Amino acid sequence: MRRPGLAVLCAACAFAAPPTVIRNATILTVTKGTIPNGSILIRDGKIAAVGTGIEAPAGATVIDASGQYVMPGIIDCHSHIAAESINEGSVSVSSMVGIEDVLNPESIEIYRALAGGVTTANILHGSANSIGGKCVVIKLRWGKDAKRLLFEGATPGIKFALGENPKRAGSPSPSPLLVGRPLRYPATRMGVEDVIREAFLEAKEYQALWREYRDKIARGENAIPPRRDLKLEPLVEVLEGKRFVHAHCYRADEILMLLNVADEFGFKIRTLQHALEGYKVAKEIAAHGAGASTFSDWWSYKMEAFDAIPYNAAIMMRKGVLVSLNSDSAELMRRLNTEAAKTMKYGGLSETEALSLITINPAKQLAIDSRVGSIEAGKDADLTIYDKHPLSNYAKVQKVLIDGEVYFDRDRALSEQLQKEAEKQRLLEKEKRQRPQAGARRPS
Amino acid sequence: MKRVLLFAAALPLIAAPNGSFLLRNVAIHPVAGPDLPNGSILVEDGSIVDVGVRVAAPRDIRIIDGKGLHAYPGLIDSATEIGLSEIGSIRETNDVGELGQFNPQLRALIAVNPESEHIPVTRANGITSVITLPGAISGGRGAGAPPVIAGQAALIHLDGWTWAEMAVERSAAMQLIFPTLQTRPARSGAAEGAGPAISYNDAKRAYDQRLRELTDFFENARRYQKAKAAHSPGFKPDLHYEAMIPVLERKTPVLVMAVRERAIRDALRFGREQNIRLILAEPRDAAKLLPEIKASGFPVIAAPTLELPLEDDDAYDAAFTLPSQLYKAGIQFAFGSFGNQFARNLPYQAAAAVAFGLPWQEALRAVTLSAAEIWGVADRLGSLEKGKIADIMLTDGDPLETKTQVRQLFIAGRPVDLSNKQTRLYEKYMNRP
Repeated sequence: MRRPGLAVLCAACAFAAPPTVIRNATILTVTKGTIPNGSILIRDGKIAAVGTGIEAPAGATVIDASGQYVMPGIIDCHSHIAAESINEGSVSVSSMVGIEDVLNPESIEIYRALAGGVTTANILHGSANSIGGKCVVIKLRWGKDAKRLLFEGATPGIKFALGENPKRAGSPSPSPLLVGRPLRYPATRMGVEDVIREAFLEAKEYQALWREYRDKIARGENAIPPRRDLKLEPLVEVLEGKRFVHAHCYRADEILMLLNVADEFGFKIRTLQHALEGYKVAKEIAAHGAGASTFSDWWSYKMEAFDAIPYNAAIMMRKGVLVSLNSDSAELMRRLNTEAAKTMKYGGLSETEALSLITINPAKQLAIDSRVGSIEAGKDADLTIYDKHPLSNYAKVQKVLIDGEVYFDRDRALSEQLQKEAEKQRLLEKEKRQRPQAGARRPS
Repeated sequence: MKRVLLFAAALPLIAAPNGSFLLRNVAIHPVAGPDLPNGSILVEDGSIVDVGVRVAAPRDIRIIDGKGLHAYPGLIDSATEIGLSEIGSIRETNDVGELGQFNPQLRALIAVNPESEHIPVTRANGITSVITLPGAISGGRGAGAPPVIAGQAALIHLDGWTWAEMAVERSAAMQLIFPTLQTRPARSGAAEGAGPAISYNDAKRAYDQRLRELTDFFENARRYQKAKAAHSPGFKPDLHYEAMIPVLERKTPVLVMAVRERAIRDALRFGREQNIRLILAEPRDAAKLLPEIKASGFPVIAAPTLELPLEDDDAYDAAFTLPSQLYKAGIQFAFGSFGNQFARNLPYQAAAAVAFGLPWQEALRAVTLSAAEIWGVADRLGSLEKGKIADIMLTDGDPLETKTQVRQLFIAGRPVDLSNKQTRLYEKYMNRP
């Protein structure tokens, strides 16, 4: 008897499904060039073959993409969609909380991002705390439960935050609504550094306690395990490279500070998030080996964003930093393709470089590039099909596949929308009939 | 005769200081008429004197060769706070949103800072004129904020040494933020910034009260107008009501910000009852009221295309398709960016609407000539035609596409510097050793 291996049982695998072939498409592989009039064969949720002259196997589902463009599903390295809560703002080190616990698989934001071509997203804690909560990588498997959203095997992360946001809780509020609330350390960038250093000093001590305990056990000695500390455990994982640091930052000074603190304690910053002044310290970022995930052209909404420039991504890329573009917004998330196009305008990136900012580069930053981020045989069949070149403002998403399964289809969405509107009208009429005094009463 | 070739974004100033030049060998997209694949534009003293395949030029005029380039009218953004707001989160840098409920006497123009960094950043993408608004930039945000007559919006050129020089229309419209009916469920009471729950009945009462106050204010302004005209004894000037007279005389339109269905419907009725000219701004629910809007005859500043649908059960592409629905309903509309930060992306708001059904020509028109018509300045702006102010952008392609570069820009015939804070930082740090 053959027992299915673990890999076959994984959520990604639509194992009884017939193969799918997408054909007659312009295929933007991102890593292996552009294939005009090509085909993609999908089996068991994976890309089985990419190229020209691929025959559809018997019984295969065929998607005719004549005149259309296929690119890897977009990866957003910074999003808050589907998270029921964002900040645990009561403490400045909140590494004990995690986004995984508050994922809402029914959030309409998932569907809308999917309809914008996104297939994978890094869902982060907010930026109120110097050390925020644990984050999680998801696939936008709309319709599945919270567990099935999780990107299997992706390295977990943790959010850090520098600058104005973590300082805010320490500053008297100009808002009358918040006058009188207690102030919380830190209130300065100096304090932010201190909070992070104190936390890692503690984490090192905690790590040492556990090492000592394990050494004793290994030597066969009797030992009492240290009490688990849920705040410090994730930080020990950071020290041991098992959890990625995604650090919200804006100004060059704070970026440099964090890289120094990381060096001091012997860990790595995986990504600098936003990093709007990353262009000023690109060589230091590259030397540390941190990635940077930035906005295309946000600026001027706060002081630390006043030196933000739309050339940021291009400068950092030219200076050797692994760069991605993110949304941080349920709205912007639906059009990261045209955000990428802005790097061609501002900084002169090539089409492939621009596309890499929203595909293979964020995949590398999240260490999921063996699975997603480009169209290559062996990778997950996470694909977005556009009617025009995705770097054009006139392009619309036609279909989105995750693990080879169609999760968004524009034609279907349009026809279903009419049915849904009709159903809504029926329900509203019914409600009106049942409540003669409409508006006089509302459900509690 | 001097020849100047255009090839880079950051060209030095090249046209004559008096705003006279002949631009030739360029693809002309006049918007008002058919394209000319290869033509010339003669500009004298800041105005377009001639456009055509063959244009007779005075001797000694400076000649600009536009080979390979496209000439379009400068773009018009119909909703910004440029010059009035610098850094969103820093109160001291913001001059929008004065205290008080009825402030028709306030003039956005006189608070425009000509040195705002937003001006060169925005115009670098071909935007030559903007409406700058004195009040809240969006009727959809700021829940609970009182409705206000925020003051007079100005139409300004994004070039000039002073606000007086920048002015195209000092008082382009009166900005009215229409009341909204806002309930607040008990559950969200704990959320940051949220107040206690508000029931529908309470919200409706507050809404009706605000509508009454607004109506009363207009009625008082009308009495003032009559008293003034009748030279009534004891008549005293009042700056508030004085500022309302052009509105009541239908000389100045009212830019009314109404986002949701109820506000839009009531705003249309209010405009009809008061016999004033409305420009309906940011009507995100407009798709529900297309026949009513069409029947009103009022034009629309379309809600941002690049915006989420209002409700969870709205079509995912509701905001993208709204401009094409306005177009199909025969409603005149223009685009606004409703902010400063992304004003330079105005053409991409238009392009997103094209992806979802709006004809390209109409999208271009909505950021040029339609906007000029709505603001009553189509005799001066919005197209490349004889007699208009020479607001001209030269691009290397379709201005609605992101990768297209603006190569040169003229405002009133003056060549405008395309460099800005951001290009300077780019050059500085790209060259960091």
